[in-house]
Amino acid sequence: MAHLSKELYEKCKSVVALYPEARSALIPLCHMAQGQDGWLTSEAMEDIAELTGVTPAEVRGTASFYDMLHLEPVGKHVVALCTNIACMLNGSMELLEHAEEKLGISAGGTTSDGEFTLEESECLAGCDKSPCVQVNHRFFGPLDDKGFDQLLDDLKAGKLRDDVPSHGVLSRVDRKFPLALSPSEIAAERVEMETAKSQRDEKRKISEGAN
Amino acid sequence: MPEAADKISVTVDGKEVKADPGELIIEVAERAGAFVPRFCYHPRMKPVGMCRMCLVEVSSPRGPSLQPACFVSVADGMEISTESESVQKAQSGVLEYLLLNHPLDCPVCDKGGECPLQDQTLAYGPGESRQVEEKRHFAKPIPISTLVELDRERCIQCARCTRFANEIAGEALIDFFGRGEDTEVAIFPGKPFDSYFAGNTVQICPVGALTATPYRFKARPWDLEQVESTCTLCSVGCRVAVQSSANEVVRHLGIDIDSVNHSWLCDKGRFGYLAMRSETRLLEPSLRESGELVEVSWSDALEKAAALISEAKLAHGPQAIGFLGGARLTNESAYAWAKVAKAVVATDNTDAQLGDGIPAELVLSLPRATIGDACRAKKVIVIGEDLKEIAPVLFLRLRPLIAEGKIDLVEFSTHETSLSNLAKASIPLVPGELGTRVRALIDSIKGTKDAGEGIGIDIQEIKNATQTLGSLENNPDLVVIYSNSSAIENTEDLKAGILALEESFKNAKFMPVLKRSNIFGALDMGLSPNLLPGRVTFGAAKEYYKKQWGSVPEKSGMGTLEMLHAAAESKIKVLVLLGCDPIADFPDAKLAKEALSKVDSVIFVDSLANTSLDYADIVLAASMDSEREGSFTNLEGRISRISKKVSASGSSWPDWAIAIELADALGDDLGFGSLDDIAKEIARLAPAYQGLRSTLSLNSEVDEGILLPVKATKVELKRKQGDPMVHLGLISVEHQGAPLKSGASNEPGVYSDEKQQQDIGSTISLISKSDIKSDTTSKPETAASGAKSLRLVVTRKLFDRGTHVDSSLFFRDLVPEQEVRIHPETASSLGISSGEKVSISGETCKVSGQVILDNRVDQSGVVLIWNVSEEDVRSLVSNSEKSAHWVEVES
Ligand code: SF4
Ligand code: SF4
Ligand code: FES
Ligand code: FES
Repeated sequence: MAHLSKELYEKCKSVVALYPEARSALIPLCHMAQGQDGWLTSEAMEDIAELTGVTPAEVRGTASFYDMLHLEPVGKHVVALCTNIACMLNGSMELLEHAEEKLGISAGGTTSDGEFTLEESECLAGCDKSPCVQVNHRFFGPLDDKGFDQLLDDLKAGKLRDDVPSHGVLSRVDRKFPLALSPSEIAAERVEMETAKSQRDEKRKISEGAN
Repeated sequence: MPEAADKISVTVDGKEVKADPGELIIEVAERAGAFVPRFCYHPRMKPVGMCRMCLVEVSSPRGPSLQPACFVSVADGMEISTESESVQKAQSGVLEYLLLNHPLDCPVCDKGGECPLQDQTLAYGPGESRQVEEKRHFAKPIPISTLVELDRERCIQCARCTRFANEIAGEALIDFFGRGEDTEVAIFPGKPFDSYFAGNTVQICPVGALTATPYRFKARPWDLEQVESTCTLCSVGCRVAVQSSANEVVRHLGIDIDSVNHSWLCDKGRFGYLAMRSETRLLEPSLRESGELVEVSWSDALEKAAALISEAKLAHGPQAIGFLGGARLTNESAYAWAKVAKAVVATDNTDAQLGDGIPAELVLSLPRATIGDACRAKKVIVIGEDLKEIAPVLFLRLRPLIAEGKIDLVEFSTHETSLSNLAKASIPLVPGELGTRVRALIDSIKGTKDAGEGIGIDIQEIKNATQTLGSLENNPDLVVIYSNSSAIENTEDLKAGILALEESFKNAKFMPVLKRSNIFGALDMGLSPNLLPGRVTFGAAKEYYKKQWGSVPEKSGMGTLEMLHAAAESKIKVLVLLGCDPIADFPDAKLAKEALSKVDSVIFVDSLANTSLDYADIVLAASMDSEREGSFTNLEGRISRISKKVSASGSSWPDWAIAIELADALGDDLGFGSLDDIAKEIARLAPAYQGLRSTLSLNSEVDEGILLPVKATKVELKRKQGDPMVHLGLISVEHQGAPLKSGASNEPGVYSDEKQQQDIGSTISLISKSDIKSDTTSKPETAASGAKSLRLVVTRKLFDRGTHVDSSLFFRDLVPEQEVRIHPETASSLGISSGEKVSISGETCKVSGQVILDNRVDQSGVVLIWNVSEEDVRSLVSNSEKSAHWVEVES
C-alpha cells in the first residue's frame, strides 16, 4: 500500500496529470510528500517513483540535489541561518556561533528533543532583514542573539504555530487541481488568504495583549 | 551513403576533411587521425558533455573558443584545432580538476595499468599536483549488486554507468546522489543494481570506481593474455575477448562489433567462465562400477562406449541408439557427432532440441533476419518469451530503439515482458491461440473483419496493432522475432501463427529465438531428425551424403520426445547425451527420468555435472569454452569463432576429438583427424556452408562474422580501429604485447571461395517452406478443462537452475524465487492477493511461489517460471504429448 495518505496520493496524481511528461512532476511531488512527513522518506520516494514512472534511485538522486528536500529526519523546526554577504556583514557568523552554542548542536544537526534542526544557508533573498533566518521556510529578521533566543522560545512554546507550519508544508492554501482556475476563483483564493492572515494577526495581537 | 554534395568540409589541425552534417567533432577528428582525449563520451551512447576532457578549439565568427568535441556537431567551414596551446592548457586543467579528489590508489586498483585516467594524465596532464588539502573520503568499495562493487572516491562523475543503466538497459537503478564534490553514484537503499547488464558498467567505467567482484585483485593487465572468441551461453553469440592470467580465464570483455553486441554482454556471458572452475566440473572419463562413477582411461571409456553401442546395434538395429542434445557443441563438433550418428552408427535418432524448441524446418526455411535488420526495421513483431530472458543482448540492442520510437513494436505475449510497456500494441497470448490471434490481426489489417471480432480478447490491442502495422504491403522491412510462448506446449500453434504472418507479409524476415547456446549451429550441422549437415533434408540430400560419407541411415529417425518414449518402452537401448540434461531441460521430467532409467546404457558427454549424471554409465569429459576451438552459428545464422585460451582442464577432450575416437573404437574412420580437417569438410560438403574457405570459420580477423548461407561473394576483411575508450582493458592488454586477434588469415580480404563453390556446383536445394510438415496429431488444446483449473504457462528466466548457472556460486544467488503470475481478477475470485505465497497443484504434485498480479495474463491462465526451485514446475508437467496442463492455485 502506498505510504502517502490516500488523499495526498490522489492529489499527486492530479499534479502528475498537469504535465505532458509524468516525470516533470517529480519535484512538486517531493515537496508534497515532505509536507506529509516533514522529510522525504524512502517509502514516499518509492511512491513518487511509481507515480512518475521513474526508478526510486532517480527520485532519490534528484531529491538529493536540493537543499530544501531532506532525505533524513529533521526537527520540528528547521532553522536556516543565512551566512551570505549581506547577512554576514550584519553579524550572521556571530549569530551562527551563538545559535550553535544555544542549541548545543553544530550546523546540520538536530537537537535531541527533536525540536530544532540548524542549517547554515546561502542567501535566502531576505537581505533586507539581515541577518536573516528562515524557520520552516518562513522569514524572521533582522535578529540579534536576544531576538534569536526569543524566536526559539516562541517556537518551542508554540506561539508561532499559526505563522510557521510544520516542516515541509510550503503552502497551507490547498490548491485545487487542475490549475486552470478562472480569474474569479483566483481572486477568491486571494481573499481567503488575506482573511486568514488578518485573522492570525488579530489572534496574535490578542495573545500578545494577554501577555 | 549520402551524395558527396551533401557533405560539408571542415579542417582538423589544418587538414581538410569531409563530413556529414550533424556529425560530432570528436568523430570527424578521429577520422582525420586526431584522437581527442575523452572520458564520458561513448560512441554507443548519447553524448552528455559531462567531463570536458574533449575540449578542442573551434573557430567561430567571434573568434576561436573551446568547445566539447563530443557534444558539438561540425558545421561547414569549421576550423578545429585539437592541439593548440589553449587546448593543451584546457586538457591539463581538466585533468588537474579531475584529480583533485581522486585517491590515486592505483597500486591497489583493478584498473591500474589499463586506466584511461592514468593514460590520459600521462599524455595530457599537468605532471604534478598543487593540491595540499585533504581529499574527500568515502567508505571504500561498497557492493551495489552481487557482481559489482563501487569505490566512490575513484569516481570522476562521467555518467557512463548511469547513462548505460538508463539509456541502454532501461533500468535506472543507479543514479547520481548529492551535488558538487559530494556527488556519488548510488543505488536506492535496499534496491541493488540487479540488472542482467550491470557488468557492462564495469567495462565502460573509465576509472576503477566500478569493479567486478569476481575479478577484484585477480590479475594485473600486464599479466593478461587475450583472444577473441564468442560467448556461447545463448544463441545471440556476442563477441567477447577472453582474458587469462597464468592459464586461468579471469575476465570476459565485450568486443564492439556493429552486427551483434556493440561491446555489450549480459552478466551471464560476462561471468560464465566462473563455471570452468566449478566443483561440478567433469575432468576425467569415468565408468559406473557397482553404482559409483570410477575414473578410467580414455581408451577404456571409449572401448566400453563403443562396445555398448555395437552390441545394441547388433541386437536391435541402429534404431536402438539415440543422440540427445548438441547445442553445447561447436559447429565442427556437432558435425563430427552428426557423422558418428548418421554415418557410423547409421541412426537418424538425433535431436539437439529437447522438446522445448521450434521445429527445425521452420527455423531453417524462413527468410532469416539479422539483428541489424531488426534494429533498422521500422516495425518489429515479437512473439512468445520475454527477449530479455532468452536473448539478453538482442533485447539490449532493440530496447533503446523501441524506447526512442525508432521501432514500433507489436508484441504477442502471455504475460508482461520487459518490452510490454514500450510496445505500441501488446496482444495477450494464450498458448494454442497464436494462430487465431495472428489471423484476427491480419483480417483486421485487411479490413475483412472488425478488430478482434469473435476471438474474445482485448480489442483495443488488436486495433493498436492494426494501426501500427498499417497495411500488409507497406511493410517492406518487417521483422518477426519469435519463440515458443510456453516451454511445455507443442509448437503446432506457433507454426500456424508464423506461417500466417509469412504468407501475409510478403517481405517479412524472421528471427527464431532459441535459448540454448549453439543450437542453430547444431541444427545446421544436422543434429535433428530428418536433417543432414548444411541445412538440407534427408529427402534432398540422402543420396549425396551416401556418396560422400559412405553410408546414411536407412530411415528417418526420432526427435527427443519420441526417443524418450521409445527409451521408456525399452525400444531404445543406448542414449548418448551430448551436453544435455533431459531431466532438467525436457518439459516432462517424469518421462525423462523413466527413459534414462529404462535404457541399458547412458553415455554422458559433458563438461559439467547435472541432474541426469546420476543415470550415466559412461562419462566422457569434454572441454569447455576457452579450452576448445571451433566456430559458432548464432540466431542470425552468423558464423563466428570460438577460441582457445587456456589448456584443457583435467583430461578433458574437445567434443570433436571424442567423436573421432569413438568412431575409431567402433571400427570406423570419420575421414578427418583435426579440427581444421573438419572445417574443410564442412566447407566442402555442407550445402549452406559450401564455399566457406576453410580458414574462415576459424579465423578471427573477420570481425563481423560470416552470414549464412555463404554466397559466392567476397567477404571483405574488416578490422575496426580499436577505440581505447570503448575497448577498455582490451587495447591496453594489446599494447602490453597480447594481441586480441590471433591466427591471422593466409589470404586476407577474401573469405569465400567462388571457385570451390562452382566446382561443387551445389545442386542440392536447401531446406525450404515446402519441407514444413504439419503435425495433425498434436492439435493445440484450447478449451478449459474445468471451471476452477487454470491453464499452466511456463516461461523462462535468464538465470534458472540450468547446468551452467548451477555451477557458479555467483550465479546461484541470481536465480529468482518462483513467481506466480495471475490476472488480478482471477486472483480476487480465488481470494489471493499480490505477494502472497500460494501453492499450485497439478495432478500429483504441488509447488509454491509468490503471487504477482499481471493484467496481461489471461484470466484462464497462470504463468510460472521454468526450473528455478527444487520443487519445480517440471513436476507439474506430466504426459508431454498433451499440449495443455491444468493446475489449481490456492493460498
Ligand atoms: S562510477 Fe565510473 S562510469 Fe560511473 S560515473 Fe563514476 S567514473 Fe563514470
Ligand atoms: S546475450 Fe547471450 S551470447 Fe551475449 S553475452 Fe549474454 S549469454 Fe552470451
Ligand atoms: S545574504 Fe542573507 S538573505 Fe541574502
Ligand atoms: S565532455 Fe566530451 S568526452 Fe566528456
